[in-house]
Order: sequence, then structure tokens, then C-alpha cells
Amino acid sequence: MAADINAFVTEERIEGDADADGPLADATVAVKDNISTEGVRTTCGSEMLADYVPPYSATVVDRLTDAGATVVGKTNMDEFGMGTTTETSAFGPTRNPVDTDRVPGGSSGGSAAAVAAGEADVALGSDTGGSVRCPAAFCGVVGIKPTYGLVSRYGLIAYANSLEQIGPIAGTVEEAAAALDVIAGDDPHDGTTRDLREVEGADPDASYAAAADGDVAGLTIGVPTELFEGADERVVETVEAAIADLEAQGAETTDISLPSVEHAVQAYYVIAMAEASSNLARFDGVRYGHRSGADGNWNESFAETREEGFGAEVKRRILLGTYALSAGYHDKYYEKAQDARAWVRQDFEAAFDEVDVIASPTMPVLPFELGESLDDPLRMYLADANTTPANLANLPAISVPAGEADGLPVGLQLVGPKFGEETIVRAASAVEDR
Amino acid sequence: MSDTSESTDDAGESPDGGDDAAAAVDAEEVRHVADLARVRLADDEVDEFAAQFGDILEHFEALDEVPETEREEDLVNVMRPDEVRDGLSQEEALANAEETEDGFFVGPKVS
Repeated sequence: MAADINAFVTEERIEGDADADGPLADATVAVKDNISTEGVRTTCGSEMLADYVPPYSATVVDRLTDAGATVVGKTNMDEFGMGTTTETSAFGPTRNPVDTDRVPGGSSGGSAAAVAAGEADVALGSDTGGSVRCPAAFCGVVGIKPTYGLVSRYGLIAYANSLEQIGPIAGTVEEAAAALDVIAGDDPHDGTTRDLREVEGADPDASYAAAADGDVAGLTIGVPTELFEGADERVVETVEAAIADLEAQGAETTDISLPSVEHAVQAYYVIAMAEASSNLARFDGVRYGHRSGADGNWNESFAETREEGFGAEVKRRILLGTYALSAGYHDKYYEKAQDARAWVRQDFEAAFDEVDVIASPTMPVLPFELGESLDDPLRMYLADANTTPANLANLPAISVPAGEADGLPVGLQLVGPKFGEETIVRAASAVEDR
Repeated sequence: MSDTSESTDDAGESPDGGDDAAAAVDAEEVRHVADLARVRLADDEVDEFAAQFGDILEHFEALDEVPETEREEDLVNVMRPDEVRDGLSQEEALANAEETEDGFFVGPKVS
């Protein structure tokens, strides 16, 4: 099965602590291949890192194995996390286990596919603009993008630092929440993690798994019109039916408006590409990674190494990011994108004065057919319309299966206030219960 | 980096050249940005990127409609005592390098 869907780049085990007990003891976990594993190669889905073997493990990997989980392999992904379909991987596309002619979503497509196919109990992905939630939605599983600063990024090979978080993918809300319980928490190796004891309104003793109790009586759900407009009708119908079921369970719904999110995709891509152009400058072929055999001076060798090591989508983003940051264009693109980011954040803050969670389709479309969007990058970017706002606003979000349309999975996304993971877990578990 | 001291100041034509001019990207601009980013491109990649960048940048143009927004960030410095801690050994640090010599990385010649 694994070979058929190409969920893994590397199948190697890292044994968990045999003496551990708790919900993840004896669980199997698949880890996205941009999360460092000591002694096990970590490729980022790129030719550039095809032979890279990290000398240390990411904090999240240590926390999982300390909790008794065993890593069963490193999962396929869009190259450096840049994609929405897992087709930009240098190791070939992953197929959707629900329909193998379709993509699993991305960029954590291998992780979601591994869970959906029963190859692992839980998986880790990373979510920069929807890369955990999109594949969870397309493969019919649960994915959580935590609040920025809840989970350590130490050992995550950076794409766009200000936007990304590592998050769990699992078959049920409770299992995903249990994995989040294990990986969450401040880390001296990542200065952007927060100590929840010092965060106003946060519960440092929160158990996310315990929050999966399905109790939505009295919960207020905001339904933003902007995130339903333009979505596939079949997706909208499925998501609306799931929201109606939450109402039947005692939740209240109210229509809200988030005008800023019309600009989320533009702002996300400008910021992410700008950060990527800087982050990926480290791949020069000297300290690690592919190195061109071509002769030439430093600049020529550097350019040749990157021509050979990076695929088309990575080059596209590095170039567009360089362009957006260059003198004469910086104010036009990057500064405006930062304004848009602040506007999105304020829009959500105002909405959470009125509602507890915000519901929408995770993806505005059903899973693409393989190859369908590869030649049209803009079309692929626009598919991230509903997921990117949570990254721009640093908020927690979950995708939970809402049902099927034409035999394909549809995901419902629930976004919560900062460090409001328990609320989105609770609401999502009620979607499962119906 | 000395050879780019001039070119990094400008990514191509003026952004004030009107909406049409701002969204269109020609092959020369793609080559220039690729040069700044130290990515060599094949000729067919240059043509493909020029066409795609036009569409993508045209989409980004809509950021013009975003109002100037107050960015009140509650940022705090995260400090720790400056204490000696274990890091990678020299051997570990060099383990992934393509070429090393006497415990050092070997890079391409500088000029």
C-alpha cells in the first residue's frame, strides 16, 4: 500500500521509549520530511537535501519518542513545503488513498495519506499556509494548525518562519489532540514559543485530548460569508450541513464578515515568498546539500548548485520573493502585505469579541486530479484562500471531516482565538459525533 | 557579493510605470532577479517564469486596495543567560559537507 501511494520518502524506524505510558505509548507516527530526525535523512522533498542526515532531532520528535511513540518513516511533501498537492516533491507525487487518481493535498500530503491509509496512527505535518489542514481535508482525516508559539519549530527546516507551526494529523480529533498535548509547550531552543503560564487567558494545564468531549451547547459559531463565496457548491452544501448539525447539538450560529480575508492569499504569498528567498539562501552547496560539480567562481557555483538542486516551484518562490523585497518594489508588495496581515489579525480579533469559533470549508475545492494544477501556479495558490488567514493571524485552526461530496472528502475548518485550542478541539469533536 | 552592489538597488523597471507596466515581466527582469537570487535558469525556464510572474504579480496588485493599518505588535525580547552549552562537534558539523579539508569546509574559489 505504501509503495502505491508513495506516502514515505524514507521508511526507517526510531523506537519510542518502551517504558512510557500515556495515550501515545506504542503509537506509530509518521514525520514530515522537513522535520529533523537524528541519523535519518531529512530531504524536504528536495534533490538539494536528498542525502542530508541531520545531526540532531527536532524537539517535537524527541517529545513523541519520549512519550512512547515510534517513528515509522519520513513522509513525502511538496518541495520545502511549497505546494498544495504534494506534486512538487523531487521524489514523485503522493496519491490520495481515497482516490488514487487524485492528489492528497499539500504540502504535508505524505503525512495525511499515511494516516488515511493506516500506515501510521498519527503524523506530524507543518502548516505555513494550510499545509496540515489542506491534506487532512483532502484525505478525510483530522489536522490541527496550532497557535503560533504553541509548538517548537526547533529542527523544522524553515520555509517561512513567521507563519509556520508543526501540527498533528490523525484519524480522530481526540488522537490529534493527544498528539498536540505531547508536542506543545515552550522550548528554550525556539525563542518564539510561549510559556502558557505567562500568556493571559491561556490554561497551562490544558488537556487538548480531554477537550474532545463533543459538548457544543451554548457555543457561538461565526460563519464568514467571504470564506464561502467562490467555493465549489458541493463543498459548501456539505459544510453547511455539518454546521446545521452543530446547531442541532445546541450551538448557535451567526453570520459574520471578515473583509480583510479577500487579501489573505496575496499577503500570504508575498510574505512567505519573501521569507523563503532569505531562508533558502543557506543552500549554497558548501556546508550541506547538493553541490554542483561545475567549475566556476563562488557566485557561478552557487547559482549552478541551486539550479540543479531546486525544482521549479521553489525557484519560482525564491525569485518572486527576491523581486518583492527588492528596492522599488518593497513598499508596493512587502509593506502592503504586512498591512494586510495586521488587518486580517484585527478582523479576527474583532470577530472573536462576538463568537467562540469561526467555521468555513477548509478547502474551497474537492481534491484535484493528479497533474491538474501543476502548470498553473496561480490556480494552486488561490486554493489556499481559506487556510492562509489563520497563519497570517497566528491563530489555531483545525480541519475535521464534514462528509463527502461525489465520494470525495470535504473538510470543515474551525478557527479559534489565540491559544484557544481546547475550543476548536471541542467543536470539531462534535462534528465527528453527528 | 561585491559585484552586486549596484544591481541590488533596483530589480528592473520603475514600479511607477503605471499598472500595466508593473504587472508585466519580461525575460530580462526574470534573468536579473535570478541573478540577484543566485539561481541559474535555463532559457525555457526564463520564458515560462516570465509568463507566470505576470499573472501572479497582477494578482498581488490587489494589495493596493489594502488600507494602511496600525501594526501594534506585542513583541517582547526573549533572553537567556549567556552560558556555555554543548553544540555540534566539529566532526558532526562537517558530516554533511560535500568537501572538507583539515577540519574545514571547502567552498568554491571566490573569484
